[in-house]
Amino acid sequence: MTTQITAEAETMTKPLTGAEILVRALVDQGVDTIFGYPGGAVLPIYDALFHEPRLHHVLVRHEQGATHAAEGYARSTGKPGVVLVTSGPGATNAITGIVDALMDSIPLVVITGQVATHLIGSDAFQEADTVGLTRSCTKHNYLVKRVEDLAGVVHEAFHIATSGRPGPVVIDIPKDVQFMPGPYIGPEEARHKHSYNPRTKGDPAKIAEAMALLAGAKKPVFYTGGGIINAGPKASQALRKLAHMTGAPVTSTLMGLGAFPAADPQWLGMLGMHGSYESNHVMHDCDVMVCLGARFDDRITGRLDAFSPGSKKIHVDIDPSSINKNVRVDIGIVGDAGSIIEDMIAAWNAGGYKKPDLTGWWAQIEQWRARKGFAYRKDPKVIKPQYAIERLYELTKDRDTYITTEVGQHQMWAAQFYRFEEPNHWMTSGGLGTMGYGLPAAVGAQMAHPDALVIDIAGEASVQMTMQEFSTAVQFNLPIKIFIVNNEWMGMVRQWQQLLHGERYSHSYSDSLPDFVKLAEAMGGVGIRAETPDELDAKIMQMIDTPRPVLFDCRVAKEENCFPMIPSGKAHNEMLLGDDGTDLDSAIDDEGKMLV
Amino acid sequence: MPPRVNEAIEKRTFAVLVDNEPGVLARVVGLFSARGYNIESLTVAETDKAAHASRITIVTSGTPLILEQIRAQLDRMVSIRTVQDVSSDPLGIERELSLIKVRGTGEQRAEALRVADIFRAKVIDTTHESFVFELTGASSKIDKFVNLMAPLGLVEMSRTGVLSLTRGVD
Repeated sequence: MTTQITAEAETMTKPLTGAEILVRALVDQGVDTIFGYPGGAVLPIYDALFHEPRLHHVLVRHEQGATHAAEGYARSTGKPGVVLVTSGPGATNAITGIVDALMDSIPLVVITGQVATHLIGSDAFQEADTVGLTRSCTKHNYLVKRVEDLAGVVHEAFHIATSGRPGPVVIDIPKDVQFMPGPYIGPEEARHKHSYNPRTKGDPAKIAEAMALLAGAKKPVFYTGGGIINAGPKASQALRKLAHMTGAPVTSTLMGLGAFPAADPQWLGMLGMHGSYESNHVMHDCDVMVCLGARFDDRITGRLDAFSPGSKKIHVDIDPSSINKNVRVDIGIVGDAGSIIEDMIAAWNAGGYKKPDLTGWWAQIEQWRARKGFAYRKDPKVIKPQYAIERLYELTKDRDTYITTEVGQHQMWAAQFYRFEEPNHWMTSGGLGTMGYGLPAAVGAQMAHPDALVIDIAGEASVQMTMQEFSTAVQFNLPIKIFIVNNEWMGMVRQWQQLLHGERYSHSYSDSLPDFVKLAEAMGGVGIRAETPDELDAKIMQMIDTPRPVLFDCRVAKEENCFPMIPSGKAHNEMLLGDDGTDLDSAIDDEGKMLV
Repeated sequence: MPPRVNEAIEKRTFAVLVDNEPGVLARVVGLFSARGYNIESLTVAETDKAAHASRITIVTSGTPLILEQIRAQLDRMVSIRTVQDVSSDPLGIERELSLIKVRGTGEQRAEALRVADIFRAKVIDTTHESFVFELTGASSKIDKFVNLMAPLGLVEMSRTGVLSLTRGVD
């Protein structure tokens, strides 16, 4: 409090510089953590940070790491993540994470330094057209050329990043603007330049219509997504209530895991390309589909013209452009998922609807469940990757655990075998599919939750893309656990090569892998290796009990495939299973091979 | 969304009111190119200095679903204030300005002038063997004029693209 008064008193006497205005605005926005990397064009901002104890700066090792760490922070807290990088390469390195945040609707505010205004366009040292480069991968972006505009822009950026469909916002600040003295205005007084006020309340008439449709359904399903997570914990609570009132089964996209508890009998597991057998059949055969905060992504729908052919579809999304984009729906409702689900509950009650008799539907679902689509053959000598994740889940489920992942087979196995009961505990790169996401995301999640158990379920290929952030974890005493499901292959690439490319394994084997145990030690962390199923539990416990960053090298079966799998260009009810002996090469037709 | 066979491609004019700030045109054009939408014509100019507003008129084409997508995609951009579908509005007015150069002598030249007169095109430059006509109107009217001028010695033209407004007090 004292420092704040002093700072305000100072403002009275001398104006702040642009850098000080920025720092002040971040503090006033409630920011406590920044992920960043210094450089020439942001030195004045780093100078201002030097005097600001309320902002914890996490020094990453590469700017991509800063953006993913900020995503992990944002996803695990519901607050926006903040990134600070320099001009040119600082900004371009950050772009992967910015696109990732755009695709997965993660609120980020990314501050980039820029060369001085009089040098812009002169091909100056470390100059890049950051607003041009990030125009198509941000929700909005700014180049602030006048210090008078800076405070207002920062406040507006937070508003835009966090309201409506969340996303990344870039603020590019030339170095001379950082030095210039200017006025500060607080978040309350700031007048937004743009009138951005997305609709949050759903249309009551459409909500009533949707509930009437649902009440008459014989084979309903809730298909939920990351929008529920973004709508906050209240939305997850409301979803549980609505599901229990209506008795309908619930499935979710990769991004939405945790919104509905995995322990609930109405839970079907994740749907989509590697989703559960029962969820995909339910999607195909349902008569009323209620999509809440998901976007009919191609991983979900499979072949579009065979997607859930007999159902009436209700789509709730805060982004009007998501509705009728990929799939034609019967009722589209624009608004915040949490608010709309609450209104749905009220409309259900107002309509006097009773829980419908879904006995027949559930009997059918039980038959699909009995098929055990995730089954795999255990091996007494070799750790199966699925087994590794099952054991990791069993040994960590009773703790305050946050899971991040990289991208590939391990990610799908994590989604299949790790069970989430609460939102905001699962962080993965869904839309962009960014290998290298998980380790820095774990850094971000651990910064936000210092006492929690934060585990990155990783692949040995992905993890090497941002391996250097392990040093960040060591520097900031972040006891993250990197659980590497090590099969020496880029597993998903190998799987596709086996299925689609005649077993020609072109450049998908990682020769010369590092010794991850020694690597961990060299970087100042702890390395643990597990090689057989009988030592796995003890090694996992050792990892959990180590209060330092750990690289866990879990050596697993090398050529395991991830099933079920909806082959490209096929429908939900044409899933391949691990044990049905289909000729995999012929399972995908030529048209399907064109798809990714 | 893949177009369905029975869905006809339609033409549509959107009037887009935007914040007049650097890069706003690039945002709009970037959206069209990134998502593979067509731009048949595009005009832009500041229309309200005090309110920092510019008006962009875009003529595009696509299936009804694509057109709905275009509108929704425009509508959610932070720099865009309103998006109006002028073609579907019974009060919508669409006009285009064109400059058309025709070269010819003798009867051809006289015929060009007669046609121009029928279309109420203005002659704004003439030599013994050429005219420059100025013609405003709906794009279809300009197209017809251009078709008639083609055999009469059309050599060059310049068109503004569509401008639009709605009739009435609002």
